[in-house]
Amino acid sequence: MADTAARNEPQLYIGGGGGGVRERDFGDYGGSGLPPGTARRVYRTGMWMALVAISMLFVAFTSAYVVRSGLSDDWQPLALPPLVWWNTLALLLSSFTMEQTRRALTEGQRTACNRWILATVVLGTVFVAGQLLVWRTLVSRGIYVATNPSSSFFYLLTGAHGLHLLGGLIALLYVALEAWRYRLGPAKRTLVEVTALYWHFMDGLWVYLLLLVWLWR
Amino acid sequence: MGHTAGTHDAHAVHEAPQSFIRKYIFSYDHKVIGIQYWFLALTAVFVGMALSLYMRLRLAWPSAHFPLLGSGPMTPETYLSLLTMHGTIMVFFVLTTAPQGGFGNYALPIQIGAADMAFPFLNMMSFWVTFVAFAVMVSAFFVTGGAPLGGWTAYPPLSALGAITGPGEGTGMTLWIISIALFCVGALLGALNFIATTIDLRTKGMSLMRMPLTVWAWFITAILGLLAFGVLLAGGILLLMDRLAGTSFFIPGGLVVSEQVMVSHSGGSPLLWQHLFWFFGHPEVYIAILPGMGAASQILSVFSRKPIFGYRAMVYAMLSIGILGFLVWGHHMFISGMSPYSAMAFSVMTLSIGVPSAIKTFNWIGTMWGGKIRFTAPMLYAIGFVSLFVSGGLSGIFLGQPSLDLYLHDTYFVVGHFHLVMGVAAIFGMFAGTTYWFPKMFGRMMHEGLGKLHFWITFPGVYAIFMPMHYLGIAGHMRRYADTTGVNYLAALQPVHVFITVAAIITISAQLLFVINIFWSMFKGPKATENPWEATTLEWTVPSPPPHDNFGGKMPVVYHGAYEYSVPGAAKDYVMQTSPEAVPHSGH
Repeated sequence: MADTAARNEPQLYIGGGGGGVRERDFGDYGGSGLPPGTARRVYRTGMWMALVAISMLFVAFTSAYVVRSGLSDDWQPLALPPLVWWNTLALLLSSFTMEQTRRALTEGQRTACNRWILATVVLGTVFVAGQLLVWRTLVSRGIYVATNPSSSFFYLLTGAHGLHLLGGLIALLYVALEAWRYRLGPAKRTLVEVTALYWHFMDGLWVYLLLLVWLWR
Repeated sequence: MGHTAGTHDAHAVHEAPQSFIRKYIFSYDHKVIGIQYWFLALTAVFVGMALSLYMRLRLAWPSAHFPLLGSGPMTPETYLSLLTMHGTIMVFFVLTTAPQGGFGNYALPIQIGAADMAFPFLNMMSFWVTFVAFAVMVSAFFVTGGAPLGGWTAYPPLSALGAITGPGEGTGMTLWIISIALFCVGALLGALNFIATTIDLRTKGMSLMRMPLTVWAWFITAILGLLAFGVLLAGGILLLMDRLAGTSFFIPGGLVVSEQVMVSHSGGSPLLWQHLFWFFGHPEVYIAILPGMGAASQILSVFSRKPIFGYRAMVYAMLSIGILGFLVWGHHMFISGMSPYSAMAFSVMTLSIGVPSAIKTFNWIGTMWGGKIRFTAPMLYAIGFVSLFVSGGLSGIFLGQPSLDLYLHDTYFVVGHFHLVMGVAAIFGMFAGTTYWFPKMFGRMMHEGLGKLHFWITFPGVYAIFMPMHYLGIAGHMRRYADTTGVNYLAALQPVHVFITVAAIITISAQLLFVINIFWSMFKGPKATENPWEATTLEWTVPSPPPHDNFGGKMPVVYHGAYEYSVPGAAKDYVMQTSPEAVPHSGH
């Protein structure tokens, strides 16, 4: 099967509907030989479900945020450090470069693909570093976690998002390493796809959180 | 090539492991993981039962001394810590763990014709995260101050302020939150695995409406878990921050605790926690009971030798119970001072759950009606499940009405209600599941006589324990109190407490029969054939116990729904799902 994939021959196994497609290296087992079809659908379904679960976490945080902000007169609006906008720009750009990575991979332009994935990793790292700087800026202003409910939520939301994003960054690093070793064959297309899905979601989630703390002050 | 791809390329999803550790400890095999979950729940249920026994002893004989609890009568604080840990361990590590993680893991992939779960490694991780969560929870007994006192609902502000609110509210409470957060992670990993498996790994011919109702139940339970546990996790993180980072999400200002004014917090609201908690907490009730409903449906049909009555209605009823389950959390908060208009809305939604529940009950009885019933042990437990679900559900109609709940909420009426409907009903689902799948899981039959004896002690036993609690509640007996000596109007009720405790001692002792049956049968029971119950679903087409990849490299093809019993003109009185023979009335 791995050979079939490597030789770029059409893969005849049916992928949909009835299931029952049993392939070597299926499931969590990395390596070559993932057929189109079941394994790919399973990974996509799994990732979507993970995103649903993560969404529920942030939905709960949001409802707590909205309720808590209207609960008492102790809420003091938090002035966002301007750096968050640059971080946001970096993250948005990283989504763009991730899409370029995918396109280059589909078109078989390996060198371009490698450059784009590297750019994505760099931009992701820039975002994380930038968020840490935002925290330091707040600390230098004397704003800590317990200073005010608005700051509690800001640290909580950025922290929770940052942790999830770090997970995505680790996946990106893995994809990048595989890309640079020219091991990102068609068999790993699913890996790239679900990583991209997760990464875009982290991007969208950040935009949402930023709008929340910016508009709902 | 199509479906034959799997057969000529006879690799398993993963190779059968050889070493002991990879085979039985860190196994990727859903069957091993299911049995691991099941053993974890079995351990947890005995810990939880021991705690409840201590509570019952304290309630019946308030001034007696008990072993392991130091000298003198049990303190109210100790009682509260037992109560907290009993509730937590039972709800999370028994009612959530065995029905879904245990039986679901074991049987779902086989019943849909898959070689394993979609993500075997994640599956292993979810078990071990749950195991660590249990270890952390139990460790709360052994830290300074002991186990927390705040109840399984951990209401702030008491749960948020630390050791000042009582022994166990320091380190013990922190460990409680960490354990629950870990449990949430494990449950979420499990839920996404169940969903992906059910959606994508069904074998050829296994359409949604041919799935056994067990699979539907596990699938819907997984969806509930996926949507609910993230919210509890969020609440847990906020609570932990209130305790450790000095924030005030749940802690209002101006509190006086243990004669000290809490100056470092202000502006938070305990109600915020209640909303987050019960948004999880109510679906959790269905997470505990839906798999039992699935197992009962399956078993009632198998042993009545009749198709399940109203298959589609059963599926839609479970779906609507799942959806409504997310809209009723406010009925746990009627006495929190909520607006009567919100209470009315929550009440209407709550009572409407009675409709799908009644449909299910009606269909269970319709399934048995006129059947050639085989009263085996699993069948008895399944009938017991229906009985307990009805008895416990009826008092839910009382409690769903705010005007009645205001009076009954903090009384034993509620204790009786939820123990019947969520506690022992689900436990009977597990008894049924254990006796039904035991031959498949361990390759040997359980002892029928011992099983029936266990049933006939346990079934009246649980009624003897929980029915009188309704009367206690109506008489105004408050729950959660270790000691009501000195409360004059309750003095006359003390004999009821003694009666309940005696019933509890007998019933708990009878559980040893079940355990003896399990371990005796595991080694000495008669060998099980492939299909000892003459059932139609896929797990009964493979050897007992099944090989590592379930189907030995040849994936099954499904031609029928799961309930073809008493088929006119068929060779036997049932038609396997994999049998290509025609069925005249094949409706689904």
